[in-house]
Amino acid sequence: MTTTPANSTRAPVLEFDDVSLAFGSRRILDHVSFEIRAGEFTGLIGSNGVGKTTLLKVILGTQRIQSGDIRINGTKRTARLRSVGYVPQKVSIDADVPIRSRDFVALGLDAHRFGLRRRTTEDRRRVDELLEAVDATSFADARLGDLSGGEQQRVLIAHALVSEPSLLLLDEPLANLDPRSVQEIVALLHNIAATRDVAVFLSAHEMNALLPVMDRIVYLTGGRAASGTTDEVVRSDVLSALYGHHVDVLQLHGRVLVVAEPGTTTDHLPSHETLKVD
Amino acid sequence: MHVLFKPGFFSNVPVRHALVLGAIVALVSGVVGVMTVVRSQSFAGHALTDVATTGGAGAAYVGVSPLAGFLGGAVAGAGAMEFIGVQRARQRDIATGIVLGAATGLSALFLYLNATSSATTGVTQQVLFGSIFTVDSSTITVTALTGVIVLLVLAVVWRPLLLASLSAEMAAALGTRVRLVGAAFIVSMAVAVGLSSIAVGSILSTALLIGPAATALRLTRSLRAAIVTSCALGVVATWAGILCAYDSYDWDPSSHGLPVSSFIVGIVVLLYGISGLPGLRRRAHARNRDVLRTHDAHHAMPGSA
Repeated sequence: MTTTPANSTRAPVLEFDDVSLAFGSRRILDHVSFEIRAGEFTGLIGSNGVGKTTLLKVILGTQRIQSGDIRINGTKRTARLRSVGYVPQKVSIDADVPIRSRDFVALGLDAHRFGLRRRTTEDRRRVDELLEAVDATSFADARLGDLSGGEQQRVLIAHALVSEPSLLLLDEPLANLDPRSVQEIVALLHNIAATRDVAVFLSAHEMNALLPVMDRIVYLTGGRAASGTTDEVVRSDVLSALYGHHVDVLQLHGRVLVVAEPGTTTDHLPSHETLKVD
Repeated sequence: MHVLFKPGFFSNVPVRHALVLGAIVALVSGVVGVMTVVRSQSFAGHALTDVATTGGAGAAYVGVSPLAGFLGGAVAGAGAMEFIGVQRARQRDIATGIVLGAATGLSALFLYLNATSSATTGVTQQVLFGSIFTVDSSTITVTALTGVIVLLVLAVVWRPLLLASLSAEMAAALGTRVRLVGAAFIVSMAVAVGLSSIAVGSILSTALLIGPAATALRLTRSLRAAIVTSCALGVVATWAGILCAYDSYDWDPSSHGLPVSSFIVGIVVLLYGISGLPGLRRRAHARNRDVLRTHDAHHAMPGSA
């Protein structure tokens, strides 16, 4: 299903070079290296609690690392880097707060600045353009808290993109969405990566919904990561080496199943795509 | 007209002072209140009124101006809450509770000392229920200037603060100093509470802070509309309360009149109740279509082919 991206010769948007981070004795990132390129859709796959959110916070600079280098657009990342858009895992907007979708998107333009600078026609045009791009025009003037999960997700994506970042990070955006919304959001993000020349980096504990669109994968487990195209990574030999014990990768009806040998614990395998053979 | 506005209402100096002071505190509370409700910090707002009480009672005991006492108390309380609650957000409620309890205990002490040591009566009444009819013009000037400063500070931090209130993570990702803008807000809230205390009394200033704002949030779809509505409702409630209190000299058989703060808070609560009627809320929560059509008519959105 996956094709080798045509633009793989381009300079990477994000580079992890030998990055390590541990909380006490627990290694979250153990000499992790990978790259992410513009126009590509990259999945950060790993089971719950493996450190996907922490890795995204490292990219944002809200979590420090202990060693290694992180470069964004070729330069070492500094605090307050505005070239990264971020959609966190949990945003709960109260239905009682009168904030319209378009207001929230506009905050992506100027919420980092002090003062009440007047928004220009150009600002409004960009907000409208982004709302259109995520197919949110029909609820642009509705309260954010009145929208469904999938609709809110679109508005959050528009907010993260309105400042025209080169890298868009999304933390488990598909969790808590119904299957149809999952498909719509995945298609939307794939389209955004391709047409807006943005590197989309999305974390998920379930990779099957992403298989048709993923250009690359960063597979994270036990602090170690394997990265490459899906065909390069989601293979028995690569994942066995990553897990430190044998796993089989089965393709069934276009879905991937990662199967552990009898007797091995499967707790650390991504959920929904694991089979315990006893 | 004379039925509503008794003769002498507009020429009466205390009444005119009260109308000006009431409008100032209603405007400041109206703006601060909207953000307080958006941030779900009503409990913190209430705790600040308790420390304002302590400040006001303490000021009366040592003979300092009550406004200085209210403001000093509330700002010190905000500092204490910020200091205790700094460790983790989850402890914010506990920090608020501790400060609230300590402050109330101290208020009881100061009010007792006032009652036993001083010949002046009515200190307790003044601290708890305000002195909108008896403030002098210099206090009004100080209140106006302080109010303007609060509104300016809020204007500076508004957008980072708003995003931090909706999603601290998204604000941090944009480079906002979430803690700093939060601290700036709680101090602004403390000053707003201190200012309201002089008008409607320390324990009732929560009502003026939360009531009009909560009402406005129910009825509007954008924050700008909410702020305008909140300020308007606050001014209407305050002025109507003053009018009722003035008129009540004729209602009360003993001709003492009834307390203005009770009228103001009563009207605030009444407005909140009315805003809960389903028909009024429908427009604010309308999802699209009809809303969009009116929006299109006004703005002729570019780019929406």
